[in-house]
Amino acid sequence: MTSVQHSETPPPRASPGRRLSTFFFRHPRTRLGVLLALPVAWLVVVYFGSLVVLLVSAFWDTDPFTAEIIRTPTLENFQTIIERPVYRDVAWRTIQMALLVTLADIVLAFPIAYYMARVASPRTRSLLVVAILMPLWASYLVKVIAWRSILSDGGIINWALEPLGLSFDGYSTVGLWLVFTYLWLPFMILPVYAGLERIPESLLEASTDLGARSLTTFTRVIFPLAFPAVVAGSIFTFSLTLGDYIAPGLITSEQFIGTVIYNIRGQALPTAAAFAMVPIVVIVLYLLVARKLRAFESL
Amino acid sequence: MVESRLTRFLLRGGAIATLAFIYAPLLVIALYAFNQNVTQAWPIENYSTRWFSVAYHNEDARDAFRLSITAALGATAVALVLGTLASMAVSRYRFFGREVITFAVVLPIALPGIVTGLALQATILDVLGPLGVSFGLATIVIGHATFCVVVVYNNVIARMRRTTGSLDEASADLGADSWQTFRYVMFPQLRTALLAGGLLAFALSFDEVVVTIFTAGAQQTLPIWIFATLARPAQLPIVNVVALFVIVVSIIPVYIAARLAGGAGLTADRPVKGAVAAQVEAEP
Repeated sequence: MTSVQHSETPPPRASPGRRLSTFFFRHPRTRLGVLLALPVAWLVVVYFGSLVVLLVSAFWDTDPFTAEIIRTPTLENFQTIIERPVYRDVAWRTIQMALLVTLADIVLAFPIAYYMARVASPRTRSLLVVAILMPLWASYLVKVIAWRSILSDGGIINWALEPLGLSFDGYSTVGLWLVFTYLWLPFMILPVYAGLERIPESLLEASTDLGARSLTTFTRVIFPLAFPAVVAGSIFTFSLTLGDYIAPGLITSEQFIGTVIYNIRGQALPTAAAFAMVPIVVIVLYLLVARKLRAFESL
Repeated sequence: MVESRLTRFLLRGGAIATLAFIYAPLLVIALYAFNQNVTQAWPIENYSTRWFSVAYHNEDARDAFRLSITAALGATAVALVLGTLASMAVSRYRFFGREVITFAVVLPIALPGIVTGLALQATILDVLGPLGVSFGLATIVIGHATFCVVVVYNNVIARMRRTTGSLDEASADLGADSWQTFRYVMFPQLRTALLAGGLLAFALSFDEVVVTIFTAGAQQTLPIWIFATLARPAQLPIVNVVALFVIVVSIIPVYIAARLAGGAGLTADRPVKGAVAAQVEAEP
């Protein structure tokens, strides 16, 4: 009976809303266009547009006396950053820092990631994931301030070292290395954890059955399988270090790519824009290598 | 369990040590907020809450707080609209350039903040300036919204993948128009994802400083106020109190979002971008 009644229900009235729906149903491409219009307009106009403006301004000239921007295309800014040793030193120092920070984070991330993936109970595991995620969201600036006081002359580190008759100059490159390692550590732990978790238990058992010791299993089975995940994590630790200007500025007087761009942007925006291409190029190269190492599949 | 008892013991020790390393600096800043002295020496000699009332009555900090809240609300609103639209398009359609959209959403946080900041500043000066837009609330919101889109996008798209388009079709078959389908069929399914994404966008915007310095002009958001006030040692105790406050304000939304999303989409922060999120979420 119900079906008969159902068929007798009059068709819905053709309200404007429904006519629009019918139109969208018949023209899915138009519907897609409506959905995409705003986000694409925003990202393309605001974001890509800005990047293009930045790229273009790298080819402009600056009046040496008034710091006024002269809008005539020139390659001088790129020449400056390639030829002047200062820029090369700064770039090289920053890349070294990024590599050392990445290395330290790999070493620190492994034990806890391994514990989460293979030893902890499911409950502890999900608690630990949240425990590592939360500080990631706590203000980056506040964390740098905390380290400023920890590293200071009267800070915790020197207080702990004093009885041993030692002291540590926290406001140095080493101090900054410590701060960067701290700041980006969660970005390494999470991918490594996810990578380790994907390794089937049976492979480790097979390795043990074939007589491998723990260390051998780790170096020959676990690490190679987790390597793409390590590279995935290193993308973050590496690129975040490369472009940072706040932590270096607050911790040390040593110059890094970010601090140089930040400091010269007032008087020489074109040169700053040209120098900003350095981290972009390095990161793109790094991403290409990472892709070769199949890191994106473990993202 | 392949690992020996000793290995497991060492791993547990390592895990505890790493957690301590992650939380110690946050604890330190919390303790210094209760430091009675102006100078910061360890160990803290006298504890007091006197700086809390000083900070509470600091007009500059209050103005900065208000601006931060306004900017974060604006950025969250824009990010919610753009992120939801983009995720609906990417999850329900196959089209040329789909990968480009995914990439474009992620790029603003993948590139170093200084690049994004400098690019936006150059644009505001060169392009928006002649059009009559100057540095202020609007430019802060524009900058923040650009990199907040990704957190909403990641949360909503994760939810979209778990729901099916056939419900929308059923709704249309039963005579609902597009708005009714969105309001009564899609929205109830997306509600918690939208809330989680919105809270994360708010948290991300509220404490952002790297890009904001370039887009704020003379305006001070709370993080910029902290950054500027660091140069005045006499004000350090107030900075510590405000810093503790910022931690609390940015962590509470994240905690609520974590409860709502069950951990999914949380990593959509900064460069971890939904990358890790997709992974954490893929687990049973």
